Amino acid sequence: MSSEFVQLSLTPLLIGIFAAIACALPGNFLVLRRQALIGDAISHVVLPGIVVSFLVTRSVSTWPMMVGAACAALLAVGLIELIRRLGRIEPGAAMGVVFTSMFAGGVLLLEQSDTSTVHLDVEHALYGNLESLIWFAADDWHSLLDWKALSALPPELFRIAIVAVLITLFIIILWRPLKISTFDEGFANAIGMRTQLLGFALVVATAIAAVAAFDAVGAIIVIAMFICPPAAARLMTNRLETQIFWSVFFATASAVVGYVAAGYGPLWLGADNAVSAAGMIATVSGLILAAACCFGPHRTRTSAPLASGDQ
Amino acid sequence: MDALFQALLLQSGYNAALVAVGATFLGIAAGSVGTFMFLRKRALVSDAVAHATLPGVGLAFIIMVLLGGDGRNLAGLLIGSALSSLLGLFLIEWIVRRTRLYEDSAIGAVLSVFFGFGIVLLTVIQTMSAGRQAGLQSFLLGSTAGMLFVDAVIIAVGGVVALGLIFLLRRPMTVVAFDADFAASSGLNVRRTDLLMMGLVMAVTVIGLKLVGLILIVALLIIPPVTGRFWTERTDRLMLIAGGTGGLAGYVGASLSAAYPALPTGPVIVLLCFGMFAVSLLLAPQRGVLAALLRRRRFQIRVHYRQGLLALARGEPIYDRLTISVLKKDGLIRADGVATEAGRAQAAKALRDETRWDIARQIHQDEALSARYDGLTQIEDVLTLDEIAEIDRRIGPPVGVPA
Repeated sequence: MSSEFVQLSLTPLLIGIFAAIACALPGNFLVLRRQALIGDAISHVVLPGIVVSFLVTRSVSTWPMMVGAACAALLAVGLIELIRRLGRIEPGAAMGVVFTSMFAGGVLLLEQSDTSTVHLDVEHALYGNLESLIWFAADDWHSLLDWKALSALPPELFRIAIVAVLITLFIIILWRPLKISTFDEGFANAIGMRTQLLGFALVVATAIAAVAAFDAVGAIIVIAMFICPPAAARLMTNRLETQIFWSVFFATASAVVGYVAAGYGPLWLGADNAVSAAGMIATVSGLILAAACCFGPHRTRTSAPLASGDQ
Repeated sequence: MDALFQALLLQSGYNAALVAVGATFLGIAAGSVGTFMFLRKRALVSDAVAHATLPGVGLAFIIMVLLGGDGRNLAGLLIGSALSSLLGLFLIEWIVRRTRLYEDSAIGAVLSVFFGFGIVLLTVIQTMSAGRQAGLQSFLLGSTAGMLFVDAVIIAVGGVVALGLIFLLRRPMTVVAFDADFAASSGLNVRRTDLLMMGLVMAVTVIGLKLVGLILIVALLIIPPVTGRFWTERTDRLMLIAGGTGGLAGYVGASLSAAYPALPTGPVIVLLCFGMFAVSLLLAPQRGVLAALLRRRRFQIRVHYRQGLLALARGEPIYDRLTISVLKKDGLIRADGVATEAGRAQAAKALRDETRWDIARQIHQDEALSARYDGLTQIEDVLTLDEIAEIDRRIGPPVGVPA
């Protein structure tokens, strides 16, 4: 049992947790800044970025693809801003124009180019393939101390772990400016902060998290993790510091419970096959948010904790 | 190319023709409903509506199979998708009303969670009846290949019905979308109208599922109104342009994909919409990029013209290239930079106007007049001849500019 777990489930579980945390951290600020849907837009435009970089390099190597995806994300953000300013269009609609068009372009390119030999398709892009990221070289827990086995870990694990650390550093280093500009942009401007630059940096961090997580787990978890854990955390507390910890906790819980429920749940229920882990993780994060909406101590707008049974 | 013309003339088969007609109606309906959503600044709610259809499709399939029917019955799947997107809509409203989360968080949460759950259901379906699940994936991106005659009829009829409903409800929806407070004060039930609007969005989404797919249907609801917004400031025209854009994209897109089956319908329709949007963004008369650039250039030239004249009048040398070329073009200076007769006259007038403005701003210290002083507005446009004469009396007779 333990060797099977280490081989088949340990890495996907870790990847899921890292991806969830990397997305949930910037998500806290996005939710507070009413930019929650930026994550949605970015994870849609990652597909055309990957397809274009595949057509240019003709190979499915990770780094060019991540660069392509990141470029697409930045292009999308620039386009959204351009349309919003030039046409005086509300941001939501500008976003809708850009990400749907770019996604459509990506799908069209994908269908037109010969990608039958490589593993690149829309379904994969949407809900990833977390289950396939297994650790063949492992025998059991002792493999964690075995250098040879460790070097055979799926490379996705290292990438997403590095990105999770980078995002954490980004937030720790820019903590004060981020916090001040999120809650009171006017004040932040008045004391000389470059709030526009800061906002852009946040979007870049979001894009990096989205691209890295996308590589490992697909777009759908990315969107869910940007929004659900931070939104649920927002209903638990009035302090940003506490909210961040709650969101990390919720993200981790979603990843673990979702992965286990997808992999083992159906077996316990008597079915033969597992269901999509990505979908299940998103579902669990939704259930957590639903619970927070019903019982979170700071769920209402007045933000005073409710007396029990009130409302 | 022939294949395309055939398809455009509805000659490539009965099904293809029906699909093209259906796509046209769908595009018109989506563009017009989208206009209301766009004006109400809730465009992205439709994204959540679209993604929330997936679990409904999955559950409907499972239920129909369990009841011993054919899981792929389009009508059944569409009813399922409508119910689940209704639930999604309700949840968004509930979250916004009952908690302190903003609408965008609610939209994103519903969108991703419903979609994720839908994916779970799709994997369940894959394992539960391996051979029969084919077709459900096509709801993600739409496909007209292998569409049954009944399906085409459902889409065409659905499009017509949605369009008729929009036509009937256009007045209240326009008022609410444009100014909800006014609508409420004139006795309209805003909440009910909003619900009707969302109901129509849902209908369009559900009808478009098979054709455009649930990820891209939102484009048909958003891009046409945004395109129209570049061309007009009037709601009724906006609706017409948006409907036209959507209809045209639907018609040409469906024909293209009938002529070249390798082209997926949904993305083609969306990209056609985007093409029309891009053209509007660049070329629209008032809000377009080109118009803005031209306006900026004209303004620049006016400023340089004016400043050049003042420099001539004060006998200052002019170094700025643009100023020199502007003045030269009007024959106000010679090639060596010396003012011509006409140039000296104009310069004297400019300087005198400037002095007049100074006096005028001293006399009329009220905001309205002083605010109109921008160094470009002609004083004759602001003051009457009598007033100018009065100012002239104070500053004495005109002075010529030395050659």
